[in-house]
Amino acid sequence: MIRDHFRVLVADLDAGKGKIELVGGREEVAGGSGLAALLFNRYGAPERPWNDPPQPIVFAIGPLTGYFPLMSKTVCAFKSPYHDQYTESHAGGRSALALRFADLDALVITGRAPRPSCLSVGSRRFEVSDVEFMWGLDVHAAGKLLRRMFPGSGHRSIFRIGPAGENGAAMACVNADTYRHFGRLGGGAAMGAKNLKGVVILGDRASQLPETKDYPKLFKEVYRKVTSTDMMSKYHNLGTAANLQVLNELKSLPWRNLKETADPGIEGVSGERFAADTLLRNVACAGCPVGCIHIGFVREKFLAENRYLYRQVAYDYEPIYSTGTMLGVTDCFQVLALMDVTEKAGLDVMSAGVALAWATEALERGLVSERETMVPLRFGDPGPYQQALGFLGKGANDFYRLLARGTLRAAERYGGADFACVLGQEMAGYATGEVFFASQALGFRHSHLDTGGYSYDQQHREKDAAGAVDFLMRDEEARVFLTSMVACLFARGVYTDDLLADCLRSVGYAALGERMGEISRGVQRLRWRTRMATGFDPSAVAIPERFRKVVNWKGPIDAAYLDALRREYARRIRELAGEGPPAPAASGDLPQG
Amino acid sequence: MKVLTTPRMERCIGCHSCSLACARLVHRRLSWDTAGIRIVSSGGLSTGFEARLCLACDPAPCAAACPTGAFSNRRGGGVVVKKNLCIRCGQCAAACPVDAIHLDASGEPFVCIHCGRCVSFCPHDCLELAGAAESKAGAGREGEEAVR
Repeated sequence: MIRDHFRVLVADLDAGKGKIELVGGREEVAGGSGLAALLFNRYGAPERPWNDPPQPIVFAIGPLTGYFPLMSKTVCAFKSPYHDQYTESHAGGRSALALRFADLDALVITGRAPRPSCLSVGSRRFEVSDVEFMWGLDVHAAGKLLRRMFPGSGHRSIFRIGPAGENGAAMACVNADTYRHFGRLGGGAAMGAKNLKGVVILGDRASQLPETKDYPKLFKEVYRKVTSTDMMSKYHNLGTAANLQVLNELKSLPWRNLKETADPGIEGVSGERFAADTLLRNVACAGCPVGCIHIGFVREKFLAENRYLYRQVAYDYEPIYSTGTMLGVTDCFQVLALMDVTEKAGLDVMSAGVALAWATEALERGLVSERETMVPLRFGDPGPYQQALGFLGKGANDFYRLLARGTLRAAERYGGADFACVLGQEMAGYATGEVFFASQALGFRHSHLDTGGYSYDQQHREKDAAGAVDFLMRDEEARVFLTSMVACLFARGVYTDDLLADCLRSVGYAALGERMGEISRGVQRLRWRTRMATGFDPSAVAIPERFRKVVNWKGPIDAAYLDALRREYARRIRELAGEGPPAPAASGDLPQG
Repeated sequence: MKVLTTPRMERCIGCHSCSLACARLVHRRLSWDTAGIRIVSSGGLSTGFEARLCLACDPAPCAAACPTGAFSNRRGGGVVVKKNLCIRCGQCAAACPVDAIHLDASGEPFVCIHCGRCVSFCPHDCLELAGAAESKAGAGREGEEAVR
């Protein structure tokens, strides 16, 4: 599996056939983010809409996937139904190792199946199955059927969509192995547009390891770092939910559609509260001994005579923020119940919660009525939210169908754009300041993981737009290399440049380690160029008024500084995309063997 | 002779570190299949993970089934494997009552040799290399704390 090219399975759903293609470019793009962009340029049509059947969905892994701990993520790239531009979404679960053991560097899915279908692939398997009976089923029901229909329990990855993806909701996610998600920017709808309910990847092949002693020795060293030191303890212990208390104390936790940034109600939804009252167990992505996935439970009395059912729900910081504090819900079990409904509908929980927070304020202000919302949305009242999440997933009326395309779309019709908490997409849970707001609004994935803008806000008081944007550009460049490997970004403190170079050398990719800076700058540029070819104009990015009204531990947001950051970041992105040699997309085909 | 046991599988998080370690260190492969211990998810009533590994039968039915002497009984339970004698017939895997032997695409068998090299790679201490007598007790009390 160490090879100087990429082994790619291209599945054509129109024909129900697959083709193995050997694609060059390893030395230029390494894998993961770089490979995904390379393949989108090869198989996609930037000028055509996201739901044009030939548009590809790419799942890509990297040169270190499976070889080292926490090299356990998959990059999914597609043209997003949210903004009709190129994007990436990342997930773990068993997806990355399943692709590795299916002997694929990437899976590219093109075309549209004539009927609702499931694609099943492995090192010796290719099958497009009719699953018409599954259309309309929620994520959990579909998952149970897919587990029964295909082989490989524990050694496969199962992606599936819910009703939201079938309905073309731009905030529909792809569920990966029950507890992980390609969450943001509508990958679920990209699958739905292809009539693709599920993808099953069977990891059924082994490969020889390098004969040297360096590799097992280095593996042991990395393993020790991630398990024996405190580098990863945040993720191991309370998990990302530990951030709730911290950000609330910093007055940087969005509450009630970002009207406030701290609230005593935090006691009910802190990471400590979730762990003490709801935590059932932890699970891990395959290849990661940290086990950051925290699973709580919801218990529901369905008959008066003490008859209960229970479900297990994975929680993290972002889902608690979006369905908890953003909606003013301060009971951990009620928050888990909201996450559970969101999960079943196949919605991205961050987008859905933030969209409903806007809808609640729009209802408060009389911009919409209960005729639109169908239920009396009210901050702190979980019952109507539970119903509304179902309406959003199903597209129950014009209002919810529009809202599922993005909060700003709904605001265009009903008003209220000024209080829409949208930074490129519905905001992540960091009201840390100007740098984070600019970084999410303009970041490549509009993700809090594109760069460490939120941590820059916490470490810097000076208002130096050029210096802050320098940091964002450099940080993105470093993270792009990690997402080309493909590492979990939680491991960014462990995988220093030197360690990455050692890892690459130990498995036979020394050249990638030696050219790390050049490769990451090249991939960073390639991704932005690809995004821009699909219509992104960084100068056109607007930041809603609500963000200018935020008050956090530093005091009120400085609107002038925020604007300076936005302009400078846009300028630097345009400059980066415009410089350097042409993209390597069209070159490097190998003889097909 | 020591025997690999899984006394605390209820702690398992499904990271596959044990399988990957066995494949890496014993079989020199990158795999979660070609390993003496393999993790599968257990859905349904008992949610969590199960380990598939040799339970150290004594005598071992796989050794009895092997027609070429590649598998022979190991003192204390389990088998000693001589791969150069194996004809890839798969009868060992068919004879195993607990699905502990994995056959790869070429029919090569992979079974736990009870060396314990996976143990230190389990982040939750699910695994233990135990004396043969303890191992039987441990196997029957899966999920409970083993006497250490």
